[in-house]
Amino acid sequence: MKAINKKNIITVLFILLMYAAGEIMLRQGIIDSYIEINIILIGINIILAVGLNLVTGFTGQFSLGHAAFMAVGAYTSAILTAKFGQPFTVAILFSAMAAALAGVIIGIPTLRLKGDYLAIATLGFGEIIKILALNIDYIGGARGFMDIPKYTNWTWVYFMVVISIVVIKNFINSRGGRACISISQDETAAEAMGINTTKYKILAFVIGAFFAGIAGALYANYFYFIKPDSFGYMKSIDILVIVVFGGMGSIAGSVVGAIVLSLISLFLQNIPELRMVIYAVILFLIMVYRPQGLLGKGEFKLKFLKRRLA
Amino acid sequence: MEQVLQQLINGISLGSIYALIALGYTMVYGIINLINFAHGDIYMIGAYIGFACTTFLGMGFMPALIVSMISTAILGVIIEKVAYKPIRKSTRIAALITAISVSLFLEYGMMYFVKAETRTFPEVLSSKNITLGNFVFNNKDIYIVIITVVLMLVLQYIIHKTKTGMAMRATAMDSEAAQLMGISVDKTISITFAIGSCLAGAAGVLVGVYYNSIDPLMGMMPGIKAFIAAVIGGIGIIPGAMFGGYFLGITETMVSAYGYSLYKDAVAFAILILMLIIKPKGLFGKNVREKV
Repeated sequence: MKAINKKNIITVLFILLMYAAGEIMLRQGIIDSYIEINIILIGINIILAVGLNLVTGFTGQFSLGHAAFMAVGAYTSAILTAKFGQPFTVAILFSAMAAALAGVIIGIPTLRLKGDYLAIATLGFGEIIKILALNIDYIGGARGFMDIPKYTNWTWVYFMVVISIVVIKNFINSRGGRACISISQDETAAEAMGINTTKYKILAFVIGAFFAGIAGALYANYFYFIKPDSFGYMKSIDILVIVVFGGMGSIAGSVVGAIVLSLISLFLQNIPELRMVIYAVILFLIMVYRPQGLLGKGEFKLKFLKRRLA
Repeated sequence: MEQVLQQLINGISLGSIYALIALGYTMVYGIINLINFAHGDIYMIGAYIGFACTTFLGMGFMPALIVSMISTAILGVIIEKVAYKPIRKSTRIAALITAISVSLFLEYGMMYFVKAETRTFPEVLSSKNITLGNFVFNNKDIYIVIITVVLMLVLQYIIHKTKTGMAMRATAMDSEAAQLMGISVDKTISITFAIGSCLAGAAGVLVGVYYNSIDPLMGMMPGIKAFIAAVIGGIGIIPGAMFGGYFLGITETMVSAYGYSLYKDAVAFAILILMLIIKPKGLFGKNVREKV
């Protein structure tokens, strides 16, 4: 298959058009700063959710520690930009690599576990990273890390979202991705077919961590200020909820999930005292009546659009 | 040395609380393979019921404990019927997220009713120090330990000597076979939730009395710690949960006593991870070979 075909050209044009539309609306002031914050947050959540979906949805490994990788990325970027004055490009790259390294360190011992045990072990690692951050004075400890330069903008977030989706989508359609999917379906059978299950589980975990690191860097350099408590296990659960809500094993699902859940929580902001209660009820109803998530395993296809247009 | 023994006493009190919560976790996990994230919140609600009984109704310690245990048992059964029954056949992750949603619902629902502030539990047990040689016991320590041990003995009796207990053990082993033997699996699961929740409720009241302060999010950490305790002992195994609870309680107090109190949660999680890596079935667990 050629890389330059009709489908890819349309996709690229569509991506650029979306970007231009956002940029123009921001320049013209149609999107005010309040909406901008939410768009940035949705973008960061999409990156996190797509990464976690690779681990949980496609490879079938529960992880309740995804926020820890985000924390590693956020703090790495904060240190590089605020303390060493590095440009954002360098900071993002190092954040992603630091988070990926953390993924290797955490993944090798824990990924031998299965199911609920793995979930609890990753939760434990996540909390340990948070507690370490709380106790290191260099990065502000419990007071948080302040005065991080603001580099993140629509352009950065948009293209990072695009990159994460493209990379993960292509990974899933590759040999490695198929190996991951086979692990989620039946690990024993996959192993019998000669797939090095440990290797692919760790690979998926590390890719997920890599993008969580990018998301962390974007987050840190948007809000000036980060504190360890923002990366506790509640954040990990939030990300997992996006993945499950949108549909495990569906990239489009993660995107839709991130947008819909952000809109719901935005809408509920008017009733702050009942916000979490209603959120919990919605979550519960989805799990009972549509446990496969909004999109199930479905993806958006261009064909679908074509049929509509014709 | 004296210092160490003194801390040991504190550790045993904290461990009793963990053990009581861990028992409920381990029983529920044993029977329906669900990490009941809401269990820590049942403990929180138990504390609030105890608080309401002693503050507004002027009850003594014992009546408040009993009222709280009965109410949380009923709450546990309601949660099981409403929330967990519909998802019994669904995937693990859906079950996990449902449990999380129940937990959030209880925490923030409670926060809506009682507000987020920390409340001071009334002094229902007069604090008396008993000096024994060089050690100082508080009578609260003794109360906690005695009540915990009594509850555990009752639990052991129920599980090993009664028909209900036999039904619970059979359902945990193989629920379909149990059903074929004429055991009502639904009823047994409800009873398991009732007993587990009632122990958590007792733990809630004891914590209120011991530490004198309660708040709507107090169940989060102890809930996870109790789960760690259950894993240490081997999940689904009742003596394991007791051992795990005491072990974790004592370790945590010792870590705090030596000046690393900021790291005490990290130590608990490190123990969990080491345990999972070295012996995932827990100290008391048997290794089961995976069959294809």
